[in-house]
Order: sequence, then structure tokens, then C-alpha cells
Amino acid sequence: MTLEMPAPTGARPVTVARLLAAGPEADLARHLACFGELNTTDRAAGLATQLEASGLTGRGGAGFAAWRKLAATAESRRALAGRPVVIANGAEGEPLSNKDLILLTHAPHLVLDGLLATAAAVRATTMYVYASQPGLSHIRAAAATRPDAARIRFLEAPEAFITGQATAVVNAIENGLAVPRDHTGHLTERGLKKRPTLLHNVETLAHIALIARYGAEWFRAAGTPDDPGTRLVTLSGDVPQPQVLEVAGGAPLTDILRAAGTDPARLRAVLVGGYHGTWVTQDQLDAPLSPAGLANLGGHPGAGILHALDRTRCGITATADILDYLAGQSARQCGPCRFGLPALAEAWRGMASGSGQHTPAIRLADSVDGRGACAHPDGTARLSRSALRAFADDIRQHAHGNCLRTSR
Amino acid sequence: MGQNTTAGAPARLHIDWTRCDGRGLCIELLPELLERDEWGYPAARSRSARSDIPIPPELIGAARDATALCPLLALTLSPAEELTP
Repeated sequence: MTLEMPAPTGARPVTVARLLAAGPEADLARHLACFGELNTTDRAAGLATQLEASGLTGRGGAGFAAWRKLAATAESRRALAGRPVVIANGAEGEPLSNKDLILLTHAPHLVLDGLLATAAAVRATTMYVYASQPGLSHIRAAAATRPDAARIRFLEAPEAFITGQATAVVNAIENGLAVPRDHTGHLTERGLKKRPTLLHNVETLAHIALIARYGAEWFRAAGTPDDPGTRLVTLSGDVPQPQVLEVAGGAPLTDILRAAGTDPARLRAVLVGGYHGTWVTQDQLDAPLSPAGLANLGGHPGAGILHALDRTRCGITATADILDYLAGQSARQCGPCRFGLPALAEAWRGMASGSGQHTPAIRLADSVDGRGACAHPDGTARLSRSALRAFADDIRQHAHGNCLRTSR
Repeated sequence: MGQNTTAGAPARLHIDWTRCDGRGLCIELLPELLERDEWGYPAARSRSARSDIPIPPELIGAARDATALCPLLALTLSPAEELTP
């Protein structure tokens, strides 16, 4: 089989056209013309090895090594825990993320390839696509044009922040309740109906489809040794145009912002990783968008979200608005989250108005952290802590009744 | 898994936050490990593993009582409960 890597078409050096190389709304013919055929059965035996060599990490937010989940699922199957289930997760509840929709709209066949290849590798008998609308309709329509996708089941994810959390996905498919549930072990051991369950973000599966075709070495030809490949990034906030870019792994935040037409010098900070993410201040924007590059800032690429805050805007007000939203998105199942998140949002509202101190925010973030069925309280605490670090000067000024910024 | 755990290794007390309603019996039975937060829910005194609290051997009996007496069945003790006589 002779497969050639698609020629890079990105005009700017930081952007790379891989996942979206087949062009807008690529149908099956254009998908095959661009990427070539993929025999998922032939590639099944070597897929785990290729994934390990590729260094691909999950693109849904947690950033777990893709091969480890595959290997753990295969191990559970061998331990007779049941026939595995593979789920493509395109529940994009994060309001600042748009990349899963872009992928499902323009490259649905790549996601289907990745799902089929992964299912073949772990000998799964059941496959699901769980995604928000309108992305679900796009991939469902794409699947209807190919016979090998006939056994895939499709389920719509409701519009809410937490519906993409791993146990919420399993709960939604099993019980129709798209809220997280209590869990002690890994889903790869005991997931959907207690079967070994391999859940990957749709972008992760699309990368797997390319690695299955072209191999680990090809994947590593883009990016850096510690952050190989590419990732989809959603840019929003104070940028000329909100957009999704495919960028090389390890690209500095400044380069990505410039590729989106934004002058980093104009910015106060960038929220990296979304509402559960980390504020990176203007002087730190040389950091690469990679797990290692953001680690000493307390950050992580998450689902590839960059939300820019202009230097004229107030980070405290911006953070208070996000915390209001996050408090409202609690599933209200777990007490510390149900009561703690509104209290934390109120503390930030107090800081924004100049009537409150920052000490309650420290205490409340510590109180909710790690005390829920899902990571919603942890992520909210992370955002609060990072904002206290990033906007410390503003917080002092607010306490004296002054705001350093000219607009909200 | 439990079979591989050596005797005397710490057990873990898992809190199912979707069940917990803050009745507080566990806090009274395990004051060494748990305190009441400002809303009445149990909070581990340690900063890590706050939903899966390590239980030292001398507190396994109290942890077992807490698990059995929780009116909302929100606690699970694992894995050393099978190993301790």
C-alpha cells in the first residue's frame, strides 16, 4: 500500500494542515482522495505500538497518553472483563471550544476511521459516537455513506458544560442521564454496563486514523519531541476573528496568537485550556502550548483553547463572569460543588465590585478541590487560583476601590 | 486489586459525593481523618486523595463502622476490609 502524507497547505509556519487537509465538508470521495484507504483490520495488530511510538495524547482535555488507554482496554478484555466498547466523544460543552464541531463538519470520515481502527485494535463489539449538535448530524450523515460504519450507534449530547466528562458520557449512553456518576476504577476496566470502555475525544480518534495510515514517525514530523504532532486550537475573546487553527505541537502561544492575527503585546492575559484552565499573563506568553511548556505556569493545553483578554479589560470581572457560569453548570449532585461553587462565584463577584477580599476565594477553592464525582470542582478551583496569581495587582487595586482597566 | 494488597497496608475510604448528604456520622466516628466543612459535608484533613481517603490500620475498625452506619450508603471501604479479620 502506497500512502503519501498530505502536502502541508498552511500559509503560516505555525499552522499545519493535517486533520483538515481534505478541505471543507469533505465527503467520502474527497476524504479517500486526500488520505487514501485505511484497512482497519490489517492495521489493528500494530496500532498500540504505533500509538506508543507516536506519543499521541488525548485531545479532549485530560491529555492522557492515547496508547495507555488502548492497552488497558485490551488488557481488560484479555482478563475476561467483557467485550470492549469504544466511544467517540464529541460532547463539546465548553463554550470556548469549537474544534470538535469543526472536525465533525469537515473531517467526519477521519473520526469514523479512527473509531473503526481503535475498535478493531481492542476487538470491540460496540461503537458509539456521542456528540453535540450540529456535529452529530454531520458525522451521522457521513457514516450513512459507508458500509463499514453501519454498526456505529449515535447519541446526542445535551448542551451543558459537564456532559462530556467521561462518566457523564457513559451514564448518558447507559441511563439517559448526561451527568457524571461516582466511580472508583478506570472506565477501561469497568465502564459502560461494566464492560471495558475506551473513550476518546473525536480529535484524538482523527489523529489515530492518520497514525494508522502513515505511522508514528510521520506523526512526529510535526511538533516537538515532547509534544509531537498537531492539535486543533480554538481562539476566542479579543481576537480579530474567533477561529479554529491546526497548529504544530509545542508552538509558542505568541506564534499561535499572531497566526490568528492578534498582537500579543495588546493583551493582558490569555485563558489557556478553557473555563477549567489557567490565565497566562502577557509576560508569560512565550510559553509553548504543550503539557511541559505550561506545567510550571500551573497550566495544561486542555482541549486546545486560547481565550484572549485585551489589556484594557479587567481580569477580575472576566473571571467572576466565568465563575458565575461554572457555578450554574454544577449538576448539583455533590454537596461541595453544589454549595461551594456559588460561594466561590460570590467571592469573585465581591472582588470585582471592590467590596470583597481575596481570602474567601483561597479558602473556597481549597474546600471544593477533589471533592466531587467529576472534575468540575477541581477545574473551577484551578481557574480561581490562577486568576488570583495572574491578577494579583488588580485585586489589590480593586480592594482600594480602583480598577486599573478602562473597560470591562 | 485486593488480593495483591499486603496485610497492614492502608485501606481507602471512598466517598460517593452523589450520595452523601452530610449526615455526619462518619465525621464523628473518624475525627482523626475527617472534619465538617462549612456546609456539613465530610472533609478529609489531608490535602490529597480527598474522595479516596487512606485509612491507617488502627482506624480500619472505625472506618468499617462508618461505612456500615452511613444512612445514605455513600461510603465504600476498599480493599483491606476483606483482609482484616
